[in-house]
Amino acid sequence: MSGLAAARSWDNDAALSIVQEKKNLDGALMPILHALNDEFGYVDASVVPIIAEELNLSRAEVHGVLTFYHDFRKAPAGRHVIKICRAESCQSMAGRELEEHAKRHLRVEMGETSPDKKFTLEAVYCLGLCACSPAMTIDGKLHGRVTPARFDALVAEKH
Amino acid sequence: MSITLYLPGDSGALALGADEVVTALQVEALTRKLDLKIIRNGSRGLFWLEPMLEVVTPAGRIAYGPVTPHDVAGLIDDDCLNGGQNHPLYLGKPEEIPYLKNQERLTFARCGIIDPTDIEDYIAHEGYRGLKAAIRMQGAAIVEAVTESGLRGRGGAGFPTGIKWKTVLGLEADQKYIVCNADEGDSGTFADRMIMEGDPFLLVEGMTIAGLAVGATKGFIYIRSEYPDAYRQLETAIVAANRKGYLGPDVMGSGKAFQLELRLGAGAYICGEETSLLESLEGKRGMVRAKPPLPAIKGLFGKPTVINNVLSFVAVPTILDKGATFYKDFGMGRSRGTMPLQLAGNIRHGGLVEKAFGITLRQVIEDFGGGTATGKPIRAVQVGGPLGAYFPTSLLDTPLDYEAMAAAKGMLGHGGIVVFDDSVDLALQARFAMEFCAIESCGKCTPCRIGSTRGVEVIDRIINNENREKNMVLLGDLCDTMLDGSLCALGGLTPFPVQSAVRHFPEDFNRPQPQRSAGRAAAE
Repeated sequence: MSGLAAARSWDNDAALSIVQEKKNLDGALMPILHALNDEFGYVDASVVPIIAEELNLSRAEVHGVLTFYHDFRKAPAGRHVIKICRAESCQSMAGRELEEHAKRHLRVEMGETSPDKKFTLEAVYCLGLCACSPAMTIDGKLHGRVTPARFDALVAEKH
Repeated sequence: MSITLYLPGDSGALALGADEVVTALQVEALTRKLDLKIIRNGSRGLFWLEPMLEVVTPAGRIAYGPVTPHDVAGLIDDDCLNGGQNHPLYLGKPEEIPYLKNQERLTFARCGIIDPTDIEDYIAHEGYRGLKAAIRMQGAAIVEAVTESGLRGRGGAGFPTGIKWKTVLGLEADQKYIVCNADEGDSGTFADRMIMEGDPFLLVEGMTIAGLAVGATKGFIYIRSEYPDAYRQLETAIVAANRKGYLGPDVMGSGKAFQLELRLGAGAYICGEETSLLESLEGKRGMVRAKPPLPAIKGLFGKPTVINNVLSFVAVPTILDKGATFYKDFGMGRSRGTMPLQLAGNIRHGGLVEKAFGITLRQVIEDFGGGTATGKPIRAVQVGGPLGAYFPTSLLDTPLDYEAMAAAKGMLGHGGIVVFDDSVDLALQARFAMEFCAIESCGKCTPCRIGSTRGVEVIDRIINNENREKNMVLLGDLCDTMLDGSLCALGGLTPFPVQSAVRHFPEDFNRPQPQRSAGRAAAE
């Protein structure tokens, strides 16, 4: 649900059973994509024709939905996923500086994974923690009032 | 004897280390052989005091905060388990803290008090009284009560809720839907999150009443994926409500059915726009629909649909329980009832402030907020999320009501108030408004899709002092085009923060040399 790192490697048979389990829900495509994203850490392009067949949609329609939403990954993330809020409330509490610090510290740009596949850094637009800005998550765990020093300490725990 | 403690499981408290405090409490309980019962309540919304520990004593609850794991042993040494007053973190009775005492909590009356996973606790604190009243009424009478209360859409647009419901009630259809917009994406807002995490049954009750009112048997709550804790709390609540007969084929013995399902968003801000949300619920790209037809007439899967914000639905049980007049007696002008305001950003005492409409921005920021967190002077306040205007300090006496905010060329929106100190650069904030619109545009209409990217470029040229005067004119034209020509509020309101920044802070667009601050470097 929060785009965590891959739990297991991609498996089209397992993917098909997820699709079949959810296909009778109203508006099934979103719950299906979420379930796949949660299970494998990303949604492999090879599942597009499978979903299209099961839901009686065109491949273009499935591809269109898959690529519209920020949450659905097209490739596995790094072992740890860091999301930093870039929205206004966090900006008012030195969020831009935190973002710059994170990029320097991890040597990646927003949306990138470090070459050793250890960290993926991503932007998020509001975690609803605006009364304790700036905010971020590491592997889904929430952190408020994050300073650059606190960021370093949290990242060091993952090394 | 067992001692009952409350320590919030609210996301805001978790982000400040609430789980670690619970672990420390459990360790102390083991080593000291204490029988502690720890309930994970919602937050009272006083985030500078989170994690806030509350101990149940014969004299009522006693609060301590903000607690870190290192404080726990000392707190127990200082007799906090009996409400001891000696520890520096002692706060006394939470309801006596002025920040809480000076509020008018109707919607948030239970939040932070009850165990949000326990339906019996909800019922014991006046829960389900609104629904109980509603099942004895005709649908039209429920709609009439909601109309009479003056409740307006709390999502931002402020459309009268009763009129929306009346439209759906008056239509014949084989299926009608109730949809809750819980895609709270505005920066500076967290009221939906707090109530879903801290009092989820209230939302279930409000939507059930809506279902009975208009004759809809099925409802969906569309929650943004950034709120996994809210999703889990509602999941638990829906199971419990079904088990107790508050949801299902025969709601409270009324013979009427109402089912609720949860759906998760996927990181698209645009899905907070109601027609885009409906598309997403149907399993499609979150592309905005042209209106008309209104969702009330042709909504989810083409059926008549009531779609309201979380804060609108959660206001309804109070109205049905205590009466439309009770609710209407709060507020000013055409803005009736209370508004859960959210104080955020660079603010000393950030949190949730539920007040009757009409309190001024200054009162909220100074009396409740206590000024900036950094201690520097306030320079700008953005009200109503990323599409809301930036107010200068000279406009802080504007009352927070729909019409007064509109008259000041701003909007109340979802009630988020983000404070900035004097280090803010409004040219950068204006640039971000355009950048955000470019990132989140659904791409359906040209002014939004292309205008936002052009907006970033034009503001960059202004910042870099390239043809500044001509580019300022161009920016004004571009804003007018987006305002008049966009299909929905994203493109249509992005000019609000931009134009307000230009209007109230012209000096930020007129600096001789681009400054190389960290923030500016970040934007380049």
